[in-house]
Amino acid sequence: MKALAARRHHRNAPVVVTLLALLTTGGLYAALAPSTAHAAEPTANDIAAGGKLFQANCSTCHGPAAGGTASGPSLVGVGAAAVDFQVSTGRMPMAASGPQVIAKPPTFDAKQTAELAAYVASLGAGPAVPTAEQVDPSKGDQATGMALFRTNCAMCHNAVGAGGALSQGKFAPPLANATPTVIYEAMLTGPQSMPVFNNDNITPQEKRDVIAYLVAQRSNATSVNDLGAFGPVSEGLWAWVLGIGTLIGCAVWIGAKSS
Amino acid sequence: MTTTDSAFPGPVDYLDQRTGLGSAIKTFARKIFPDHWSFLLGEIALYSFVVLLISGVFLAMFFVPSMNETVYHGAWASMQGVTMSEAFKSTLDLSFEVRGGLLMRQIHHWAALIFMAAIVTHMMRVFFTGAFRKPREVNWVVGFVLMILGLAAGFSGYSLPDDVLSGNGLRIADGVTLSLPIIGSYMSYFIFGGQFPGTQLIPRLFTVHVLLVPGLILALVGLHLFFVVLHKHTQYPGSGRTDKNVVGFPLFPIYVAKAGGFFFIVFGVIALMAALFTINPVWDYGPFDPSPVSAGAQPDWYMLFLEGALRLTPGQLEVVIAGFTIPLNVIIPAMIVPGLLFTALAAYPFIEAYATGDKREHHVLDRPRNAPVRTASGVALLTTFLVLILAGSNDIIATQFQLSINDITSVFRVLLFVGPAVAFWITKRACLALQRKDRELVLHGHETGSIVRFASGEYIEVHKPLNEHERWLRVGYEAHRPIAIAPAEDSRGVRRKGYRRDRLRQRVSQFFYEDRVEPVTPTELAAAQSHGAHDAIAQAPDALPQVESQPVGGGQHLVTPNAQVTPDERNL
Repeated sequence: MKALAARRHHRNAPVVVTLLALLTTGGLYAALAPSTAHAAEPTANDIAAGGKLFQANCSTCHGPAAGGTASGPSLVGVGAAAVDFQVSTGRMPMAASGPQVIAKPPTFDAKQTAELAAYVASLGAGPAVPTAEQVDPSKGDQATGMALFRTNCAMCHNAVGAGGALSQGKFAPPLANATPTVIYEAMLTGPQSMPVFNNDNITPQEKRDVIAYLVAQRSNATSVNDLGAFGPVSEGLWAWVLGIGTLIGCAVWIGAKSS
Repeated sequence: MTTTDSAFPGPVDYLDQRTGLGSAIKTFARKIFPDHWSFLLGEIALYSFVVLLISGVFLAMFFVPSMNETVYHGAWASMQGVTMSEAFKSTLDLSFEVRGGLLMRQIHHWAALIFMAAIVTHMMRVFFTGAFRKPREVNWVVGFVLMILGLAAGFSGYSLPDDVLSGNGLRIADGVTLSLPIIGSYMSYFIFGGQFPGTQLIPRLFTVHVLLVPGLILALVGLHLFFVVLHKHTQYPGSGRTDKNVVGFPLFPIYVAKAGGFFFIVFGVIALMAALFTINPVWDYGPFDPSPVSAGAQPDWYMLFLEGALRLTPGQLEVVIAGFTIPLNVIIPAMIVPGLLFTALAAYPFIEAYATGDKREHHVLDRPRNAPVRTASGVALLTTFLVLILAGSNDIIATQFQLSINDITSVFRVLLFVGPAVAFWITKRACLALQRKDRELVLHGHETGSIVRFASGEYIEVHKPLNEHERWLRVGYEAHRPIAIAPAEDSRGVRRKGYRRDRLRQRVSQFFYEDRVEPVTPTELAAAQSHGAHDAIAQAPDALPQVESQPVGGGQHLVTPNAQVTPDERNL
């Protein structure tokens, strides 16, 4: 303790303390941060249970019969796929209004999500939640997927799906953590600013190709560190901060007087 | 002299007797260079250029500069069976099949980014220390041309792989060419050999990139370094350093070791970055096709200011006159804005010489604070570039900081004009304040923190006077004054020819030097010291009496270089 007390006025002491504080905060956050729950395939088809969940959680905005109000659109005919996309990614129920509904840890578990989806699907015909086989990346061709993605998706989602900006604070989200099912549902239902890519536009097989391409990006063998895959802006930032920063540091070291 | 007399081994002596190399090496080895880390910034640029040459030779052995179409059947799964140009295919092969190819590509690209960054940093050092003053104005222009050539080398280089991202850049280049009134469409056909993208551009860019531009850069680097040797290197101000000497160490062995070692450090840092971080992953962007544009489509950082200017310019500026479209929304951001910025940069030494009327040679650098308007102008110019670069990254800023891209763009539109003005004002004020602080220090010495109470009850803080080396640094500068001109009319009331021209020059000079802080004169110092160790002169520095007899620019030296002091004891 005495040694510690003697050194607390050392000129590096603030740096050491700051580093320790950062380490502690970071460690605590990493240990205690809420982990994201995982959505599973819907199995139950309990329309009544879904109806009750809907009345309790959704009807304020979407109306008691899901016919829509001034605050939320009608859900008649949106299908189970739309419900599964919105609820399993945590976008619905919405936490706050903003330029865009943002993804967050989901409120409902897989069973409840499936019940809600079943209820909404019962109100009118709409796209169903895709089967595991429909979204299996191993059954898709990633080269075709690359071409499709580049033509249809990359202008908003970036060449490898790192995300991009839209107008007025809206954005195309990064796709690195989107499950194949969610990607499929997004194409099918066109949530928020995204256009609908129906089965005539991009066939189910092609949707699987796109999924195959996106999944292949995640196990990209050459990416040492892709710097977020944002392209030349992050490369330039790193060239300045790390490259020129290190080299100037070395220049100062070399230029220092030997005395 | 026979070979047996020589202290050198046979082959060296053989060369010396036939080329006279010995005396040349002797002269060079004994050449003195001043020591400062900021003098190594230009070396970073030079060494990264050497790295570019070495890695570029490797790449040129495998790259196929052709736009002929081929079908890919290589190692990269996402490109199987995709039709692409041979240029793109050979880039993929370089990355995935040539041993060490990906590392070499990444070394080449990182070195290019660092080359440009080092040029800019080196230019900043030269600018802010006034190293461009006579006799080095011409070398400033040579350096400026080198920077423009660096832009050309970079742009022609990253367009070579024929991927979607660089193709977008070429499309913008084509659009800018087309925006030129009358000659635009002819120029575009001339450059691309027909309608964009044509089939000839990649081979042409290849010639530009591997022959024309590097050849010019090499020649101008030679000229640039020749001028450095001819003019001798500048040195930072300090006791014992004048415009007539160079204080430093000999090239051999000190700088040969330092500079030689630094080359390997630069190479090492670039290689490390290339090994650790992906750069320009063209396999993600895909082979060029004129239709797609990905989100986050930006050029490399050194072209980003142009992208920013284009993104900031409102589209309404496009005008149609008598059926002819004048795309001012392209001409202004892509030609007028960079034209103004680069002209200002290239012409600055001449503008400043015009304002000072100073015809003397300068080999001792200025401390940035001692040239407030120059420092402020430089910061304002950098701020303009920074705003444009950030505007070019507006979509990345929007997604990363969860902001509205529309708001960011509006803010940058205002900042483009307000930012440089505010930066100019703050920097100029900061420089003047630092000069006043220097005056305070010279007149009153360092605060020691010890308070003494006299028998009379008076408290004073003891100030430790500066030693003469510290003082030299703070008083040995010139505060230029606005130039004086002859009156508009002579004694008989006749209007003088050339008065208007002189008046303009005086106005420029006043802009530069009206606000200034003069260095402490010996009289002032004596006055301060005779009044005791604490605040003797209560007046503001500006209100101090000026010594009228001294030449314009003041600059009286209070101490003379002391030959008895070793270099290490100086300039503490």
